[in-house]
Amino acid sequence: MMLFETTHLTYRYDRLTAVEDLSISIREGSRVALVGANGSGKSTLLRILDGLYFGQEGAVRFRGEELTEERFADDAFAFSFRRQVGLVFQNADVQLFNPTVFDEVAFGPLQLRWPKSEVRERVHEALERFGIAHLKDRVPHRLSGGEQKRVALASVLVLDPAVLLLDEPTAALDPRSQSQMIDLLVEWGGGAKSVITATHNLADLEDIADRCLVLDGGRVVAEGAPAEILRDRELLERTNLVHAHRHRHRSGEAHSHPHIHSGDVERGD
Amino acid sequence: MKLLDGHGGFLERTIEGMHAGLERAVAAEHSAAGGGLLQRLDARVKVVGLLSLILAAALATRLWVIAAVFALAVVLAVLSRVPLRVLAARAWIGALAFTGAIAVPALFLTPGVALYRLPGLHWTVTAQGLTTASYLLLRVITAATLALLLEFTTPWVQVLKALRVFRIPVVFVAILGMASRYILLLLETAHEMFESRKSRSVGALEGAERRRMAVGSAGVLLSRTFQLSGDVYLAMQARGFRGEVHLLDDFAMKRLDWLALAGFAALAAAAVWAGR
Repeated sequence: MMLFETTHLTYRYDRLTAVEDLSISIREGSRVALVGANGSGKSTLLRILDGLYFGQEGAVRFRGEELTEERFADDAFAFSFRRQVGLVFQNADVQLFNPTVFDEVAFGPLQLRWPKSEVRERVHEALERFGIAHLKDRVPHRLSGGEQKRVALASVLVLDPAVLLLDEPTAALDPRSQSQMIDLLVEWGGGAKSVITATHNLADLEDIADRCLVLDGGRVVAEGAPAEILRDRELLERTNLVHAHRHRHRSGEAHSHPHIHSGDVERGD
Repeated sequence: MKLLDGHGGFLERTIEGMHAGLERAVAAEHSAAGGGLLQRLDARVKVVGLLSLILAAALATRLWVIAAVFALAVVLAVLSRVPLRVLAARAWIGALAFTGAIAVPALFLTPGVALYRLPGLHWTVTAQGLTTASYLLLRVITAATLALLLEFTTPWVQVLKALRVFRIPVVFVAILGMASRYILLLLETAHEMFESRKSRSVGALEGAERRRMAVGSAGVLLSRTFQLSGDVYLAMQARGFRGEVHLLDDFAMKRLDWLALAGFAALAAAAVWAGR
């Protein structure tokens, strides 16, 4: 059985089509990267897979069951789905709305009605694991960008979801925090979990994914292993994932070559 | 906040105001987590107790009774380590300024025994007018002080949960929760926008330019914060939020809470009885 399956899925924001006639399948246990430039529809697709948005046309299925607004009106289904699927938003600030870091990490387990003793234990474990135990009494939205991202990730991974959806996990982070974030994601679940990452950061692709879906204008325009996608310069240039970078060496000679974006700051699709 | 150029212009004043707003929100959160008298009480006791005192002050028809409730609020603030200068800045000065604008005409318009005639204007302050204005001012200052005490001694999420205990509908509580986060987002976004604008501005802005900027910024701000607050709600939903507030610390009435509840009830009842 497929983990996620979309058939002829279309999602529009008023007159703007973000996802168009999309039919994709994602297997259990796979690590998939949704690669695309700004506005390619990858953030919207993640929200659809998380049951937050519902397409106007087509269907999306999770383990064979169609995700619809009516289905999410049922508490039992909604709790079961939220227990299995976690989404880390691109802008960590929107994910941090509790008075302390401890409350933030405890928010998800409490909403899913876990026993309180277990919540306390799991939150302490998550804080230690993500190196944020010293921040537990701080106000989350007043932390640095890197710290906020860690808290946001901890607040989702404390639920130990079988499926993790990540929207630009390394966006707006300094190089050291980017590297730490990738290490955390690679270690998480020991490779047994399903991870779907929306990114335009090609430098991390081989670390975070086994398979890439390249999106452009809300459609999948290419699919393949990271190495295969990264070799296709024409595809990357056509989808605005690389551009000709012109610069000057110390010798004074100027030249240009394709340039891969790494850790760019991006806000929303 | 210390301003770099000290011009005190439109941008600087706006940024300073927003920064102060954010600081006040953080100060309230810190104070609510403190170890004063009210902070140790169950949130439900505080909601019921402080609300009953506000009602008693509103119902009382004797000035000394309202003054006594106000004095009690000040004593509670001191015992709860809420600085009096914070109460003065956030409750008393504001209430005096806004309610004063309504109360002052009552001094002259209410018929009664003449107390003082304003030189030049020939307006007469009457004893009844003075009493009416005093009632209005004292009631508003007392209610604002008690409401501020709740804010400064109770984390916001606990206030929301306490409201649910009193059968306030889920939708109403969820809207209150979202509104508080929305206001903070609005302040943060506005703060960033104005700082960015300041970094690109040289010298003081003309009046027309200031007005144009204020109108333009308001539109952009509303649109940005609307989108952000929508995202916050989605992020809450993504982690299982269904409108009901669940907290780690369940409400549990201890001996101190029962004592405080009895104390609040006795004081409010006494105030209502004495103030008839």
